[in-house]
Amino acid sequence: MNWESVSARVEGLRTRGTDLQMRVRSLRRRLTLLLAVVGPGLITSNVDNDAGGISTYAQAGAQYGYALLWSLIPMTIALYVTEEMCARMGVITGKGLSDLIREEFGFRPTFFVMVTGFFVDLANVVAEFAGVAAAMQIFGVSKYIAVPIAAIVVWALVLRGTYRQVEVIFFAACGFYLAYVLSAVLAKPNWLEAAKHTFIPNLSFDSGYLVMLTGLIGTTIAPWQFFYLQAGFVEKRVGPRQYPQARADVLIGSVSCMVIVFFIIVCTAATLYVSGNRNITDAGQAAQALIPLAGKWAGLLFAFGLLNASLFAASILPLSTAHVICEGLGFEAGIDHKFREAPIFYWLYTILIAVGAGIVLLPNAPLWKILIFSQVGNGIWLPVVVIFILLLVNRRELMGEYVNSLMFNIVAWATAIAMIVLTLVLSYTAIFHSGSPAAP
Amino acid sequence: MQLYATELMGSEAYDDQGNFVGRVREFFIEPADQPNRVSHFLLSRGRFQPLLARHDQVAAIAPGTIRLNCSERALALYRPNEAWLAVRKDLLDQQIIDTKGRKVVRVNDVDLAEQRTNGNVELRLTQVDVGLPGAVRRLLQGVISPGVVRKLQSKLPQRTIRWEFVNLVEPDPLRRLKLRITHEKLEDLHPADLAEIMEDLSAAERQGIIASLDEETAAAVLAELDERLTTQIVEKMDPERAADILEEMAPDAAADLLAELPKETSEELLEEMPGREADEVRELLSFGESTAGGMMNPEFVFVGESSTRDEVLQWMRSQDLNLDQLDTVVLLDKSAQFSGTVPVARLLLAAAEQSLAELKTEPLLSVPSDADETDVFELFDKYNLRTLTVVDQENRPMGTITVDDVVSRLVKK
Repeated sequence: MNWESVSARVEGLRTRGTDLQMRVRSLRRRLTLLLAVVGPGLITSNVDNDAGGISTYAQAGAQYGYALLWSLIPMTIALYVTEEMCARMGVITGKGLSDLIREEFGFRPTFFVMVTGFFVDLANVVAEFAGVAAAMQIFGVSKYIAVPIAAIVVWALVLRGTYRQVEVIFFAACGFYLAYVLSAVLAKPNWLEAAKHTFIPNLSFDSGYLVMLTGLIGTTIAPWQFFYLQAGFVEKRVGPRQYPQARADVLIGSVSCMVIVFFIIVCTAATLYVSGNRNITDAGQAAQALIPLAGKWAGLLFAFGLLNASLFAASILPLSTAHVICEGLGFEAGIDHKFREAPIFYWLYTILIAVGAGIVLLPNAPLWKILIFSQVGNGIWLPVVVIFILLLVNRRELMGEYVNSLMFNIVAWATAIAMIVLTLVLSYTAIFHSGSPAAP
Repeated sequence: MQLYATELMGSEAYDDQGNFVGRVREFFIEPADQPNRVSHFLLSRGRFQPLLARHDQVAAIAPGTIRLNCSERALALYRPNEAWLAVRKDLLDQQIIDTKGRKVVRVNDVDLAEQRTNGNVELRLTQVDVGLPGAVRRLLQGVISPGVVRKLQSKLPQRTIRWEFVNLVEPDPLRRLKLRITHEKLEDLHPADLAEIMEDLSAAERQGIIASLDEETAAAVLAELDERLTTQIVEKMDPERAADILEEMAPDAAADLLAELPKETSEELLEEMPGREADEVRELLSFGESTAGGMMNPEFVFVGESSTRDEVLQWMRSQDLNLDQLDTVVLLDKSAQFSGTVPVARLLLAAAEQSLAELKTEPLLSVPSDADETDVFELFDKYNLRTLTVVDQENRPMGTITVDDVVSRLVKK
């Protein structure tokens, strides 16, 4: 038999696909492409509402009612503007923020940024585990049980889970923030009043009011989030073609973050402020105080939101910090490496969690001081990071046509300067007026 | 003596009369001349224009001081030169590829050795430091005394890469040419290693590497890369070159790649490809992604079942087959329908006149092209297959799925 003639026949007989099938396929692909980009912006902004943040928002509502709600709109803009620059850098250069700082500014500035980052983030991790402890107390669980379990879960989740599983869990965590919406509804607020104060600024020059305002802004924009956001887009391999989707992701993230802040403030404003129970010091107290005022469920939901936020941030912060430090200083990093290949990365990660959780467990832990330190640290670190971002994003040899436009630069520098001034004021008041209720 | 770039930066330069000339701020290497010799020293003089000292104008080098063998007037004024590699700007803190360790690393410091030639001293770049000693020098140089820095860093574990194993990454093609950066060393790496290296680099750097690889290597690397990166790379490439690379890829890999691209781009690339290859790829694109048809490679070896072993071997010798991937021959009966498979190992040991029909593997296994991929996985698992034939409705073979296709799908899940 002549197999060459057979082969010719087979080739002729192969089926041909229809154009329709191809079209259906490409539509589905386009949808997956969009979904493939979404994530870093949404997750980063939501992690912003961590234990320290929620405490501050709860205080703002309890102390000043709806009066501070107007600040949320300018804050959304500030958050979007700064995050968008990092997203753009990640998408265009394909490099992380610490990589870029190292390549453009050299070893010493990088080292300074990384070492400061380590201690500031460590203080933040302590704050997150303190949040876990406070939330679980509402559910009647001792911190000596809750915190070690939380630490182990967080540690194992990231080391044993795959990137995709972890991301799904993080998305779920973003969803659980809705607990605050429910909690606010249960508090039966005056929605009309809330809406009015959101859109009409209500300026007061009372010093307590100003301190509270500074506190709100200071806790909402944390320096470490820029590293995480940019790394997220690099890790997801988002390229210049998907830049519009990346920007949309950042926008959705900033807005949804602020929506949650709105509901937290509304919740405590409608209950604690109205009833005159205005001097709370943290989110745990707020949840406790909600129970007699708005019912058991409002309080429990509030505490659940706090637990979720604390765990969420406690999962991301140590990982992101270890990553950023190793990348900037040139050590192997990433959970796809084995311990033997990236020992410094794994040690940093483990130390951050173990020390962070450990400090909360100390019987006479100076938690109060650590929380203030974390806030002051953020305040000192933030200007440095934001200035680096602005310098980098304006380098043409790095960003090409994607450098800031003049308008964007004006808005961005104004935002940066405002943020720097406010956080410096916050740090100052946190150090010298630590008795004031602004410090969580 | 072992010298470090960090130690030498900022050294004071004196002319032959002992007059201070300036401080060393940069070292240049001229790769077109000698790949590892420091050819020029940049001497800065505050508000005056900086000077350049050529390698043959240097009489002695020690950390902190450099002595020249000529007067200040003999030195040229500095003008930037794209064909020079600047140690501080192009090397320190930048990422390079360690071709021996097969990974991307960041340079902390550069190690230099002095070499005496008639009357002057030359610096040779020996290795780059990517470990802790270099980091400690960068951090502490100028802050505490150099002697203490030396003592401190000598106690730390070394991590260095010899200069000949260093591959620079330069995204700008013109500069790459001027600096004589080739990627020959990269072509010797396994495509999977090279793909992993490229994943650690920035988009522009990846593009630069792919652009300078030969088409065959480029095709092999693209097949191994994360598909999100592959599409970005192909989209930015010149369509003609992209089509040339696609042609070198296995049709199933090419189809997977094209399927990720926007419709206009993939059509444009298919137009650029030769007709036969383009048709094969188009056909594959028409199958659902998670079906047997979407997994198969339409290039397979098939022969009539009544042929003898020698006939087949002779025919195979005359064909240009990809022998690394070949482990099974598909058999057809008289009506061109699937009749079984023969592993190449059996062919090897069979008698010369034995007909292939007698060598068939039992049981006779094949899947229809619209079968779901999970059915395919189960068959591979149950029968420990290495190759599975895909057939159309009339039981005619259309392509084969090999075990590596299955593994990469399962890993992605």
